[in-house]
Amino acid sequence: MSYTIALAGNPNSGKTTLFNALTGSHQYVGNWPGVTVEKKTGEYKKDTSIFFTDLPGIYSLSPYTLEEVVSRDYLLNEKPDAIINVVDASNIERNLYLTTQLLELGIPTVLALNMMDVVRKNKDRIDVAKLERDLGCKIVEISALKNENIDTLVNEAVRLSQKPAQLSFSEGVENFLSEIETMVPGLKSNPANRFLVVKLFELDSKIMDHYQLDKGEREKLQAIADRADAMYDDDTEGIITDERYTNITAIVGGAVKKGQTGLSTSDKIDKIVTNRFLALPIFIAIMTCIYYIAIGVVGGPVTDWVNDSLFGGVISESATAFLEGMAVAPWLVSLIVDGIIGGVGGVLGFLPIIATLFLLISILEDVGYMARIAFILDKIFRRFGLSGKSFIPILIGTGCSVPGIIGTRTIENDNDRRMTIAVAAFMPCGAKTEIIAMFAAVLGGAFWYGPLWYFGGIVAVIITGIMLKKTKRFHGDPAPFVMELPQYHFPSIVNCLKATWTRCKAFIVKAGTVILLCTVAIWVLQNISVHGEFVSWESDSVDSLLSFIGKKIAWIFAPLGFGEWKAAVATVLGLVAKEVVVGTYGVVAGLGEVGADDPGLVPLIQQNFNTVSILAFMFFNQLTIPCFAAMGAIRSEMNDNKWFLFTVGYQIAFSYTIALMIYQFGRVLVLNQPATVWTGIAFVILIGYIYFLFRPNKYKDLRTVQVRSVKE
Amino acid sequence: MTLREAIVGKYYSVRRINGQGPLKRRIMDMGITKGSEIYIRKVAPLGDPVQINIRNYELSIRRDDAELIEIEEIVK
Repeated sequence: MSYTIALAGNPNSGKTTLFNALTGSHQYVGNWPGVTVEKKTGEYKKDTSIFFTDLPGIYSLSPYTLEEVVSRDYLLNEKPDAIINVVDASNIERNLYLTTQLLELGIPTVLALNMMDVVRKNKDRIDVAKLERDLGCKIVEISALKNENIDTLVNEAVRLSQKPAQLSFSEGVENFLSEIETMVPGLKSNPANRFLVVKLFELDSKIMDHYQLDKGEREKLQAIADRADAMYDDDTEGIITDERYTNITAIVGGAVKKGQTGLSTSDKIDKIVTNRFLALPIFIAIMTCIYYIAIGVVGGPVTDWVNDSLFGGVISESATAFLEGMAVAPWLVSLIVDGIIGGVGGVLGFLPIIATLFLLISILEDVGYMARIAFILDKIFRRFGLSGKSFIPILIGTGCSVPGIIGTRTIENDNDRRMTIAVAAFMPCGAKTEIIAMFAAVLGGAFWYGPLWYFGGIVAVIITGIMLKKTKRFHGDPAPFVMELPQYHFPSIVNCLKATWTRCKAFIVKAGTVILLCTVAIWVLQNISVHGEFVSWESDSVDSLLSFIGKKIAWIFAPLGFGEWKAAVATVLGLVAKEVVVGTYGVVAGLGEVGADDPGLVPLIQQNFNTVSILAFMFFNQLTIPCFAAMGAIRSEMNDNKWFLFTVGYQIAFSYTIALMIYQFGRVLVLNQPATVWTGIAFVILIGYIYFLFRPNKYKDLRTVQVRSVKE
Repeated sequence: MTLREAIVGKYYSVRRINGQGPLKRRIMDMGITKGSEIYIRKVAPLGDPVQINIRNYELSIRRDDAELIEIEEIVK
């Protein structure tokens, strides 16, 4: 018989660390609130009949954020056999607030008092026996990080069978609650009845719908709430929250003795790191360091070696020799070596840069610096319709958009979140840097060349933010920006490596699936002629399906300056995955499989592009829809087809018009060519952008908040 | 007065939370409830948000949201 235990607790309380210790699986752990965004299930290392579900970190069981709804639905509907409530002992008051709600669910609950080492270090004392008596539930002291007492915890959770005790509210509130309990049929017999009654008192619409309350019953509930409101001068949610914290303050006051007062080490570090004057310079220095290490130190040499020596040399040569030795047909050798090894290898060549970037970001997260970045930058981001928390997804997006887009889940405000999803892919990701590198040799090593794309990405984010936040679509309910700033701690190497691996895995999977299929498809298209015969690809004189299609669609990109069919084919295939752009361009141009720094590319590009069309080509590729994998992530994170189509449509329109303007204006202003109809169209578009950027924001002062009158 | 006008380095006691729905709920869930004590730790480099200490942990809150929190100074 299997036994399911749910892990619930506040963000950053160490649930995922505990989950990893229990299951030995590679879950992603960080030191900033809200790392787990979906529930995950794993088997107990020591007994495969015990399952753990790691719920997203939540502060409350209210129905307002995505994570809360996921956790609450799971606990109410899937009915786990027991709950392990992970509590950060160094932050006990706020953590116990969720505990008071979990205890009402009628599910056997063990409280895991985590991070006791921090408590001891602060010389605080917690009287666990007293806490256990006052809360009415079993407590086990653990250290998830150091693997202490974890088996005892599981044994307790499995042994438990009785429902936890309930904390009582004040007499007045209890009277209201019993009134509701008798009113709704079937409520009394529900094991979670205490929780449900409280939620009905709070007029929780999801629970009212669940009980299919009719109009009369809803009115009765409203009347009860109104009476309570008059009595306590607060809405019912406020009354309940107040009483929960009153209970906790009393319990904690009796059981916890504060040791040292004054600043902890973490506070002292924070005094410097988020100092008014030093914060921004320190932030810039850290970011510069990360990029220098990832792209300069590791990126160049290691990526070159992987691309040229490993995949370009050793592996393709030995594969060719092996296949030819087996007397395999030449077309199959070509498919495997040129198509698959070349295509997939080109992608995996970026793994060192991405892995380094992810590792360094993981360390920042684990240390606790990420929340500080959000704190430092919030004011800037807010101007562009984003929040300080948007920085993290955008930063991760410079490695790969997919984890960046998924990482937006921690942003509470739906509009901020959608906006961040829409702009996260504007930054140059690992794959796009390959396109950047392709032209680097042509344009020469100007100092502005590398930063241009990051700067361009940031400008695109800002323009989009300013334009979209003024639209009706992005005006919604306000959500507060309240964010916990966790204590700094030393990074755990294991956690950081696990986080890096999880993120790299997504990248490798993409290389093995989408990109593999894509390279095979390109190979087939370029080696089969329009007459259905196998042709060996040599140059564009061959009537392959690929050149046929390419010539049909090339006109679309003519106004952008790259209507030449090879570039058009590369661009269209780049919508599937940006990694294939360079490879495709080399292949269709008859150079065979090329890396971004292939010397043969330079004369070819010089023949087909000019400085202006290079910029247009690159900006289009950087700003347009990133790849199939990222589109999948946008679709699942938006969780709404309209928003998904809006985002994709916006990215296509934005990248196309920006590239159009760059090419048309550049042609006239830089290359001194005569203006055409397209120049006029580009001018009209420019005026449109200026209007959308500078028009007044009619939603600016609209906050759907009613400030209640103060009664003295 | 409201938390928006609070001064860095001073202690305050919460008198009331205005607003309603998710906005108010979220603020209260984080432990900012009637009678709780707030220490104003610092202001972000660009003037917003504000970092406060409440119930022995550090919380950052935007000034716009802080406006919903009515407080009075405690002299220590």
